[in-house]
Amino acid sequence: MKSLLTFPKGGVHPPESKAQTAGLAIEIMPVPEELEIILGQHIGAPCTPTVAKRAEVAEGAVIGEVIKGLGVPLHAPAAGKVKDLGTSAHPVRVSAPSLTLTVDREAPAVHYKKEDWRPLDAAELLARVHAGGIIGIGGAGFPTHVKLKPPSDSPVDILVLNGAECEPYITADHRAMLEYSAEIVEGAKIILKILGIKECHIGIENNKPDAISAMAKAVEQTAGPDVSIRVRTLQVKYPQGSEKQLIQAVTGRKVPAMALPSAVGVVVHNVSTAKAIYDAVVYRKPLYEKVITVAGKGISRPANLQVKVGTKLKDIVDYLGGVKPGLTKIVLGGPMMGFAVSSLEVPVTKTTSAVLFLTEEEVDTRPHSPCIRCGWCIEACPMGLEPKEIGIYVEANRAEDTEQFGVFDCFECGSCAFVCPAKRPLVQFVRLAKMKAKRRQ
Amino acid sequence: MALIIVEGLEVNEEALRRVVSKEQALDDQAAAPAAMWKVSTSPHLKSSESVEKIMWTVVACLVPPLILSVFIFGIQTLLITAVSVVSCVAVEALSQKALGRTVTIKDGSAVLTGMLMAFVIPPGVSPLLPILAAVFAIYIGKHLLGGIGYNFFNPALLGRAFLLASFPVAMTSAWLPPVEGFAIFSFFGNAVDAVSTATPLAVLKEHGMAAFTQTFGSGTNLYGSFFFGWRPGCIGETSGFLLLLGGLYLLYRGYITWHIPVSLLTTIGLLTWIFGGAGYFGGDPLLALLSGGAILGAFYMATDYVTSPSNKSAKIVFGISVGAMTVLIRQKGGYPEGICYAILLMNPLSTVLDSWFKPKRFAPPAGGAK
Repeated sequence: MKSLLTFPKGGVHPPESKAQTAGLAIEIMPVPEELEIILGQHIGAPCTPTVAKRAEVAEGAVIGEVIKGLGVPLHAPAAGKVKDLGTSAHPVRVSAPSLTLTVDREAPAVHYKKEDWRPLDAAELLARVHAGGIIGIGGAGFPTHVKLKPPSDSPVDILVLNGAECEPYITADHRAMLEYSAEIVEGAKIILKILGIKECHIGIENNKPDAISAMAKAVEQTAGPDVSIRVRTLQVKYPQGSEKQLIQAVTGRKVPAMALPSAVGVVVHNVSTAKAIYDAVVYRKPLYEKVITVAGKGISRPANLQVKVGTKLKDIVDYLGGVKPGLTKIVLGGPMMGFAVSSLEVPVTKTTSAVLFLTEEEVDTRPHSPCIRCGWCIEACPMGLEPKEIGIYVEANRAEDTEQFGVFDCFECGSCAFVCPAKRPLVQFVRLAKMKAKRRQ
Repeated sequence: MALIIVEGLEVNEEALRRVVSKEQALDDQAAAPAAMWKVSTSPHLKSSESVEKIMWTVVACLVPPLILSVFIFGIQTLLITAVSVVSCVAVEALSQKALGRTVTIKDGSAVLTGMLMAFVIPPGVSPLLPILAAVFAIYIGKHLLGGIGYNFFNPALLGRAFLLASFPVAMTSAWLPPVEGFAIFSFFGNAVDAVSTATPLAVLKEHGMAAFTQTFGSGTNLYGSFFFGWRPGCIGETSGFLLLLGGLYLLYRGYITWHIPVSLLTTIGLLTWIFGGAGYFGGDPLLALLSGGAILGAFYMATDYVTSPSNKSAKIVFGISVGAMTVLIRQKGGYPEGICYAILLMNPLSTVLDSWFKPKRFAPPAGGAK
């Protein structure tokens, strides 16, 4: 057994809680009657609708484009009629511009034809990635075609595929690696060709041995002699799947603060994004479906579901047999970095990886108390910061003065707040500090 | 992994503040008439550790040395400790009520202070002393400075320093020799001065090594009886063995780190070896560690979260400084034992040390400090 790769500083071990759904195959959820498609799915400029109210659209048709700025087109997840161009409930922004689609359930299913991608050149492959509306679906939502065109002054030589899935509960990437192993490897080869490089590492945490062997087998069968693709086993430690920590674990390189991975010659993509790239290039199928994990003790039937982008949480709840008594919190995303939502009207977006229905016993809602300066947050911080100081400064109304503690290095993984014995909302303090410090700049 | 970017979002600051101050259920929002779920910021999982758990675990580690003290000095150690604990808890509750704060006596912090304060008091003093010390340590030393997390002196040691200044005779002479056999109730039949004796460090300081050997013996017997606690001293400081056992347990649980105890004890041993005897390199480091309050101080007092540094390298500097100052007071100062004042003198410097010795950042920005 090789020694397991990991990042050296900080990190925590929250309960993994993946057993509920790890063994469940991806299940395709029937299309609900109505979809609510948020126009700003990615980081950058939101899409402007290209269809009018009451227009009929086909499955996969473009329904939104970015007019100015950074972004990718948006596609109709199903055939139907545009009911409204209004606003939707949003997990963070409370409400956001959206397109409501009444689904035509009689419409025939769309069949995408498989094409050989090998004769295509890098520019054409990149164009297909853009046309497919691909963004980083691991959670960040950064337009993928931009990451595939690294700045010319920092050449890239390594591709890292992120299969760590270090957030508790979530098993969507785990299932994708088991069920779409070959597609992911093929997707990696497409990315390598676009970048014009040969080396790829697929990082997977050690708690998914079946995914590790499935991916290794797929690499053996499909990688071919032209590229070097290696499956790398990672230690189970949160936040192993964070971009900078993953790069350090796999390549030993350290991405400086405020810099992109390309500064050290690395590009990172999620394994599920690689699968989406494969679909967009080989089948010309745009990204409008998403595999999500629905788990927690508050949902009647936990599952790994393939849903249409725009599916509302209430439809998912109905499909899975309703919520269970004791439900305390609904979280979009993982329990360490996800957002608690207060409404089931919130729709799934391209970046949703999970919907968690957590009961009182699963979440900690104890009130917080003053900092006792135990320093556990300092030990837990993977970025070498002092979260306690940031919290104390924010409480003392000196949030603007927290830049000295490197508050902008913080990517809000929540390790500090997880270990804090005083249950202090340290991530909240950091967000407040960033906001105030930025305002002063 | 879900990476959530908050940049560029217009978030209502007031709403954020409210969530910071208290988790609240948002009900009856326009979009969700029936929603009764809690919303708060990530992370939604927290470890099972808590301030209470830490405090009560440390208290539990102090119970075996307390029980042993009954067999060493007699049942009155239990009485003094009980008075100390009850008065600390009472003063904490009253202070918090008087200052309009939430009463948090259940968190075990006052109980711990009460126990530690009794541990550094001679066993022959009047039980009234810990009551006065509790008022000073908890009300003035802790709550007037802002309550838990904001006091910059170790409350238990502050209580001892207060007593040492106010009752110098009792605090430096009410020592008891270890009882013979199981005569643990003998104290109540005798007057205090009839049984008083001197601590090993006092004998060593005032009468020298020869007198020390005559009083306490030498060799393995001496180290053995000192290690297990059979010597005059403060109530809880004598049993190096049990204190060490508890300290190791706290290390194992991750409640304390090795940095302060190891650097502190090493410094005391090393400096005593160099400067503690006739000429240089003639001191007895083991004796220095076993005959005073070094082990109690190193594992339970100097590691107090609030009043010691949080950064690893700052902790080592803190430990070395406390150790050096302890030896300085023992060798050159007016008191036989110096660890109490050494810790108290270093306590307020903790935050300064933390700001001098920062943790290493992952990778600072390429263009210099930001």
